[in-house]
Amino acid sequence: MLKKLFNSSIGRKIAMALSGIFLIVFLTQHFLINITSVFSDSLFNWLSHFMGTNPLVQFVLQPILIAGVLFHFVMGFVLDYQNRKARPVSYAVFSGSKNSLMVSRYMILSGAVILSFLGLHFYDFWIPEMEYKYIEFKPDDPNRYHHELVEKFQDPTKVVFYCISFVFLALHLVHGLASSTQSLGTSNRYSSLIKKISYSFGIFIPLGFCFIAIYHFLSH
Amino acid sequence: MKKITYSLNYRKPKNQYSDHDELVVCLRYYHSIGNGKYKVTKKSTGIKCKLEDWDTDWHKSNNRHPIKSSDPNYLEKNTLLKNLSVELHSHAKNIKVSNGVLNSKIPEGSLDMKWTNHKNKVRLVSPANKRNIDIIVVGTGLAGGSASATLAEQGYNVKAFCFQDSSRRAHSIAAQGGINAAKNYQGDGDSVHRLFYDTIKGGDYRSREANVYRLAEVSTSIIDQCVAQGVPFAREYGGLLDNRSFGGVLVSRTFYAKGQTGQQLLLGAYSAMNRQIARGKIKMYSRHEMMDIVIIDGKAKGIITRNLVTGEIESHSAHAVVLASGGYGNLFYLSTNAMGSNVSASWKVHKKGAFFANPSFTQIHPTCIPVSGDYQSKLTLMSESLRNDGRIWVPKKLEDAKKIRNNILKPTEIPEDDRDYYLERRYPAFGNLVPRDVASRAAKERCDSGYGVNKTGEAVFLDFSSSIIRYGKEKALVKGLDMNDINLIKSLGEDVIKAKYGNLFQMYEKIVDQDPYKTPMMIYPAVHYTMGGLWVDYNLMTTIPGCYAIGEANFSDHGANRLGASALMQGLADGYFVLPNTINDFLADDIKTGPINNELPEFIQAKKSVEDSIEKLMNINGSKTVDYFHKKLGKIIWNNCGMSRNSVDLKSAIKEIQKLKKQFYSDLLIPGDQFSFNEPLAKALRVADFIELGELFALDALKRNESCGGHFREEYQTKEGEAMRNDKEFTFVSAWEYDKIIENSILHKEKLLFNNVELKNRSYK
Amino acid sequence: MKIWRQKNSKEKGKIVNYEIDEISEDMSFLEMMDVLNEKIVLDGGDPVAFDHDCREGICGSCSMFINGEPHGPDRGVTTCQLHMRKFKDGDTIYIEPFRSRAFPIIKDLVVDRTAFDRIQQAGGYISINTSGNTLDANTIPVEKENADKAFDAATCIGCGACVATCKNSSAMLFVSAKVSQFALLPQGKVEATDRVLNMVKQMDLEGFGNCTNTGACHVECPKGISLDYIAKLNTEYAKASLKK
Repeated sequence: MLKKLFNSSIGRKIAMALSGIFLIVFLTQHFLINITSVFSDSLFNWLSHFMGTNPLVQFVLQPILIAGVLFHFVMGFVLDYQNRKARPVSYAVFSGSKNSLMVSRYMILSGAVILSFLGLHFYDFWIPEMEYKYIEFKPDDPNRYHHELVEKFQDPTKVVFYCISFVFLALHLVHGLASSTQSLGTSNRYSSLIKKISYSFGIFIPLGFCFIAIYHFLSH
Repeated sequence: MKKITYSLNYRKPKNQYSDHDELVVCLRYYHSIGNGKYKVTKKSTGIKCKLEDWDTDWHKSNNRHPIKSSDPNYLEKNTLLKNLSVELHSHAKNIKVSNGVLNSKIPEGSLDMKWTNHKNKVRLVSPANKRNIDIIVVGTGLAGGSASATLAEQGYNVKAFCFQDSSRRAHSIAAQGGINAAKNYQGDGDSVHRLFYDTIKGGDYRSREANVYRLAEVSTSIIDQCVAQGVPFAREYGGLLDNRSFGGVLVSRTFYAKGQTGQQLLLGAYSAMNRQIARGKIKMYSRHEMMDIVIIDGKAKGIITRNLVTGEIESHSAHAVVLASGGYGNLFYLSTNAMGSNVSASWKVHKKGAFFANPSFTQIHPTCIPVSGDYQSKLTLMSESLRNDGRIWVPKKLEDAKKIRNNILKPTEIPEDDRDYYLERRYPAFGNLVPRDVASRAAKERCDSGYGVNKTGEAVFLDFSSSIIRYGKEKALVKGLDMNDINLIKSLGEDVIKAKYGNLFQMYEKIVDQDPYKTPMMIYPAVHYTMGGLWVDYNLMTTIPGCYAIGEANFSDHGANRLGASALMQGLADGYFVLPNTINDFLADDIKTGPINNELPEFIQAKKSVEDSIEKLMNINGSKTVDYFHKKLGKIIWNNCGMSRNSVDLKSAIKEIQKLKKQFYSDLLIPGDQFSFNEPLAKALRVADFIELGELFALDALKRNESCGGHFREEYQTKEGEAMRNDKEFTFVSAWEYDKIIENSILHKEKLLFNNVELKNRSYK
Repeated sequence: MKIWRQKNSKEKGKIVNYEIDEISEDMSFLEMMDVLNEKIVLDGGDPVAFDHDCREGICGSCSMFINGEPHGPDRGVTTCQLHMRKFKDGDTIYIEPFRSRAFPIIKDLVVDRTAFDRIQQAGGYISINTSGNTLDANTIPVEKENADKAFDAATCIGCGACVATCKNSSAMLFVSAKVSQFALLPQGKVEATDRVLNMVKQMDLEGFGNCTNTGACHVECPKGISLDYIAKLNTEYAKASLKK
């Protein structure tokens, strides 16, 4: 049953939507935790410590998240490959801008940028974190998170790169969220409202991330 | 015994001729029809002879003084007969013995029981035997699609052919208005009998009672069937089916799906076909054009087709052949038909012996978008329903008309008193809702008198402004708004009109680039439907056994004029309910025949002759494209055999078409080769048949010395310019038998008997 | 004009330049093509092959990709309803065939769209025999809103513009229109599960791409068929796969 579902074009599309929405939920959670760093060092530290040490988060949610990310990216590239194959000879002139949003046509590009950003982001935070915890077995310090975060944002080039990536994230989200609700078949009188919410969400969250980065860069 | 006489074709009294005058030699063939009676077939040989050479004593007697073949020395009578005896003999030999009286096979019994009785009596074929019988269906419109699906459901093996890339694209798809059915859902007194009567009367009493009654009878089943298939007809808020009213009738019996009824019905038939294709019971051949029919032992046993992609000529065999190939309105070049609609399938069958009935009965639809220039390829229809709310007018003053044509004056600037609402003036009772033939002729009359309103002078106005104001006021009253605010009234009224005809108004605006809400539409009549077609009996079989014709391709139900929303009804009635019953009767003889080999000599010969005819066209290598000839043919037909006809024009049309035919075969240019996708070649093959049909068309119009329905002969009209029927001499179907020289085609008359209705004059005043 | 010329499905095609003048702005696009072809034939060339039939926007035959859009720059029309007044004197017009792996080129601008027919054959029908004894048409009332929606879906003319304009060559709008039409009507509900599964399966087999919800199909659709039907297709499909 499920195998059949995900072997079909619509099934894969639904899978993309579901994994996308899952990532959006994660992103929201990530954002909500990070934004606390702006107004409360201690709350941020407490939350980060909880996330970093709770076994449920570390050994159940984290692998699921990584699988979700991998699935979303791999599936995205597979689908894009198939889509390219569906038109072996391309048009000499193609006026896509006249009938669709640019962001919707270049999801694979914005996705690729986000992927490369994720590489950097892992290198910045996740790998040191893993080293800290599981390789070097350093002592547990519940108050180290906030100043680590602030330190990372002292390099202006990094802040600029982060902000650019967030712009791409916004581009990806603006279409992605609305698109996943469409893929999941929401079509009723709330459709246009859902669309508006997705657009605002897609812009608000990355904007918030930018704000956090710039805030820490400027305030220290 | 063969009896032939030879004589000169005198056109005036003998004493008005002199020795040197030349006259055409004429053959009269007498064949016995029993009881010592003879039927005479007259044929012109086309050979001219001087009077003195024919017979030196020609002026001595006043009669024709024929030379009879029964005279043992007849060849010695004059020099010409002697010298040309071989040629004249061959003429005599070519005269076919016609099968005498047409047998329409109308069942016995009272009108309302004929169809039931017939269905109960026809022979059936068992399901096991149906599996061994093949049927070819040519054309996949409403008639062909529904017939293919139904026959396949019954168990026959169907081979369906269409020239389009998919069976869903047949031109039935373009029908807009609706489909009639005597359901009486509105409780307005409708009944099978009323639908029957309206159709007979609308057809100006030139159709068969029994066929029309059957049509009205099965009309109700069509709606049931289509709804069950998922055709999304318009519904009321209660969830039940909605109806509207259509031209010339007093009840609401038209079912519709916005302005796309034909599309929805066709897609219904197409889906029924798809189900059978998936089951393997229908084999679909798209992009295939029928080139000829194959007859073995007098019965239709297959067809020859051309694959339009590869150019390959193929043979297909079957136990029966059904033609559902539509009408021939494209004879006029400009019509509301699709570009590919053609007569070739019918014409090829006609050439092999099927009679062609009432070819000149054509429907000219009054509301089409006028021609804008010479490049025009096609005319677009504006639904008849527009005449419910639009008023038709031209300026009263000639100088105003001229100013409008030259763009000096706008139609909205002409005051009410200077407008001539000529339909309301001439036909106060029916006004703008007179039947199609009457409305078309009235428009032509005004334009011919110089009141036309577009740059070509061939258009009249269809004006919605008074309806907009009327509806606007109603709306304002209901909503309690200011009745004196003219702009508000107008915009409210426009909304009402938009809800009713929005898609048509948009279509008009796209084509003409004028806003029909603000300025009146311009319209002009255009060819729309052909009532004529292959002659068929009650079983829908042509005069070739095993060859059937259904839908617009046959002549059967509409007489001399078709009522709106009846074409869809007839196509589906024939395909879903009539043919699948009657064809069993014929196929019951074929249960032991087994598969038919498509390499029999008859197939090989037919294939060869098709290849030769294509070769012939390809080798002309002249200087004019196919469209040149098609346009020219269209002009001849439109100008001489269009909305009104007279014997002088018709005769000249015949001559002109003969000339055009010669030019066609000597000056045609087809690019490319015949073994690939070659649209000009496909077109040329169609136009070749149109040219021949054109001649028969004019001949038929010439021989019908009366005005009836869409056939208006200027010689036969009342003082007020209304059509004058001649029931005493012309209550018959003209069924034409083919002859190589079209002018010599033999006319058979099927007398029409009216036992249930009284023949009355149609009056709309 | 720059027009794609390709002799047949096997040979390679290329863009060929043509010039044409004395075009009236009241001409339809196809009439302009007629004029061009007349000129080509009289010059001894092979005319440009293109599909066309009804020339009133309903049969769905015409299928040109004009200046990067199916059926050209106008909205809510097919190529046959497009008029030359939408172009300016001196414009360069690119004309290409509808391109998709599932629509192989037959010649020049003519493509083979029988993939659509095969999708319909996979389930685009209600299994009912013709008998004359089906239920009376008014036995099952249909809610007007559903009847209207079913009708809007059914107006699809099967032209393939959705596939042509989709950056992924997806046929989702076409399939969704047919699936939705039947799913919205009580008559069609009986077979709804198998229908959607089979039609989507066939669609995938034909080699159409995936839907990424760009919405171009809806904008270019000459009949303006809504994206809501694709959403409907998705739920219908999900429901059906969970059932079977």
